[in-house]
Amino acid sequence: MQLFSALALIKEGLSGQRGWQAQWRSPEPKSSYDAVIIGGGGHGLGTAYYLASEHRLTRVAVLEKGWIGGGNTGRNTTIIRSNYLFDESAALYDHALKLWEDLARSLNYNVMFSPRGVMMLAHSVHDEQIIKRHVHANRCNGVDNEWLTPQEAKVFCPALNIEPNIRYPVLGAALQRRGGTARHDAVAWGYARAADSLGVDIIENCEVKGINRGADGSVESLQTNRGLIRTPKIGVCAAGNTSVIMNKVGVRLPLESFPLQALVSEPLKPILPCVVMSNGIHAYVSQSDKGELVIGAGTDAYTSYTQRGALHVNTHTLEAICELFPAFRRLQMLRNWGGIVDVTPDRSPIIAKTGIPGLYVNCGWGTGGFKATPGSAHVFAWTIAKDEPHPINAPFTIERFRDGHLIDEAAAAAVAH
Amino acid sequence: MLLIACPYCGERPELEFVYGGEAHIARPAAEADLTAGQWAAFLYARTNDRGVHAERWRHTHGCGRFFNALRDTTTDQFIAIYKAGEARPPAVAAPEKP
Repeated sequence: MQLFSALALIKEGLSGQRGWQAQWRSPEPKSSYDAVIIGGGGHGLGTAYYLASEHRLTRVAVLEKGWIGGGNTGRNTTIIRSNYLFDESAALYDHALKLWEDLARSLNYNVMFSPRGVMMLAHSVHDEQIIKRHVHANRCNGVDNEWLTPQEAKVFCPALNIEPNIRYPVLGAALQRRGGTARHDAVAWGYARAADSLGVDIIENCEVKGINRGADGSVESLQTNRGLIRTPKIGVCAAGNTSVIMNKVGVRLPLESFPLQALVSEPLKPILPCVVMSNGIHAYVSQSDKGELVIGAGTDAYTSYTQRGALHVNTHTLEAICELFPAFRRLQMLRNWGGIVDVTPDRSPIIAKTGIPGLYVNCGWGTGGFKATPGSAHVFAWTIAKDEPHPINAPFTIERFRDGHLIDEAAAAAVAH
Repeated sequence: MLLIACPYCGERPELEFVYGGEAHIARPAAEADLTAGQWAAFLYARTNDRGVHAERWRHTHGCGRFFNALRDTTTDQFIAIYKAGEARPPAVAAPEKP
């Protein structure tokens, strides 16, 4: 692997930028692997990277039916935070956040992690109570989070409207200073390059058509549009298409796939120094380094695989943002798009073994999977390599829906998040 | 926004409706005999089809009634709309829009 450094930049700058190599290979699929990951998004590529780097499994392939990072990894609003209510979630998301903090160095790839702070607004007494409860629960779990008065929130984010005469006035905010954003494409590319350098085959345009099982029921091989691939271990990281893969082996999961929309504005000068979220009135906004406002809208009401959605969902979030930031009212929106998110009944993910030996699944991240990418990949690689869950993902089983041990972040946040 | 043909009121915008999830999931009889796994399957497991999907809608801001629909989840086009209690119609291709 050609390492990136200031010296390399200067050298290439002086020699006409002709020395850069391709960052990963495009190999033909081999006939067999020790493990195969289905899905070349951040979670799948990261899983392959940690399988190779931490568990010495180097005969690994990542199969991606489109192009890597072209699904939800390339479609999300890049918000990173770990201020979840329950102990299990706090452990999982803070594991991820700690990996984010050193990710650029460990991958030798600038993922532009920017811990600029994530501010969650309260607009009612109920919001205030639940958000303060989150703050206290987070601090008990060693996750930073603090309560700000409206005036303190305005100091941190001067564009915010804290006038008391609006429909949903800002009564305060929780601020996680370690939270922020990262460059989503760079996360996929950084993991792809690092995994490839350790021998992982990243195979694009390779769609899984079926999974074959042996006499004992364990997985044996994969049928793909690029031929048969034998492997004893399959990790499914297919996000919104997880049900499609799992239906091939007759496993019904507690998942529904919904379109989740996002949009960006025309670029403007720096105005928003942090991420601002409001679960109550459904606004999620930050400013990219290019200057565009990156805005997360909600999910559409119905299951769909169309990667688009209806305009009224975007209108709803823009109404909230225009009230919180009156200065944004004259902005034009440049692009909107949708991604397909797989949602569980408790809005917590499943990172677990399945009932089928050799088949592992990492799904159900719903509307908030990007922030967990490194942590999710790290514990999923452990689960695949050792055939048992890491202590952090041990509670995130499929069986929790049978046994009643839900990790009910849906109720905790009162919205999809 | 979807246009949805309520079988009682005719075509109305999606905003008048509430989505009711997968259709034809019958509450099991003999509840006392069910295992935890059977309850979980009834409550939580979903087909989540890519393609033709049978689903419930409720015309909340109209007649208030539930009905079922077949919709292609790869195009969002409705293929059939039928009343609650009726059998799922055979899946045919979505009608061409004029």
